[in-house]
Amino acid sequence: MAAVATQVDVASRDGPATKNKLTMIVFSGELDKLFAAFNIATGAAASGMDVTMFFTFWGLQAIKKTTRTGRSLMGRMLGAFLHDVEGVGPSKMNFGGAGRWMFKRMMQSRNVTPLSELRALAADLGVRMLACQMSMDVMEIDREGLIDMVQGVAGVATMLEEAAQSKATLFI
Amino acid sequence: MEATKTALALDLKGLLCPIPVVKLAQAIKTVQVGDVIEATATDPGVLADIPAWCRSTGNELVSIGKEERIIRFAVRRVK
Repeated sequence: MAAVATQVDVASRDGPATKNKLTMIVFSGELDKLFAAFNIATGAAASGMDVTMFFTFWGLQAIKKTTRTGRSLMGRMLGAFLHDVEGVGPSKMNFGGAGRWMFKRMMQSRNVTPLSELRALAADLGVRMLACQMSMDVMEIDREGLIDMVQGVAGVATMLEEAAQSKATLFI
Repeated sequence: MEATKTALALDLKGLLCPIPVVKLAQAIKTVQVGDVIEATATDPGVLADIPAWCRSTGNELVSIGKEERIIRFAVRRVK
């Protein structure tokens, strides 16, 4: 049995060959961090990498429709505070939305591609977007509450399988 | 060796990261292997990013340089 176990161990270590692939876990739901996430995703896809983005917890705001979410009282209260990609503010200096307005104005004046367009571009370039089932359950967001660009709903095992085959894995 | 043939001219002026590499990646698929794309850009980040993009995708950087505020580069599709 020991010999078998060693074989399995070696097999899994050398296991699935590393592919030209990037796996991203998008945990944050803020304007600046989502900019970084979609910028890296589009850049990687443009450089020929196979990209998968897993959206979990606050990151679900990046792939949420504008509709309110939640079923229970607390779920609906949370839903009232969750934003969509247009509504998210920066992680610092948001000042109740003034920071979001300021950053958007400054980015627009510098001709930076807006977050929603960057997201659409990522989808066009073949970036695979997956949503975390557990976060959706906790936050009471159903599949219909997510944009159509989302290709599927999955869990940690799927993410780990993708990550194990990837050249790079990022947690944002 | 046949003379360099410019198949496409790209205007990337005013565009910021990551759009120049995205536009180049999209454009390179529209030309034949061996063809050259010539581009102009203004984002200084392009000076580092276009050579890096060529190394990661295996395409050939024919030339890159900056005059005044305009960056010009040429990339040949290799595969």
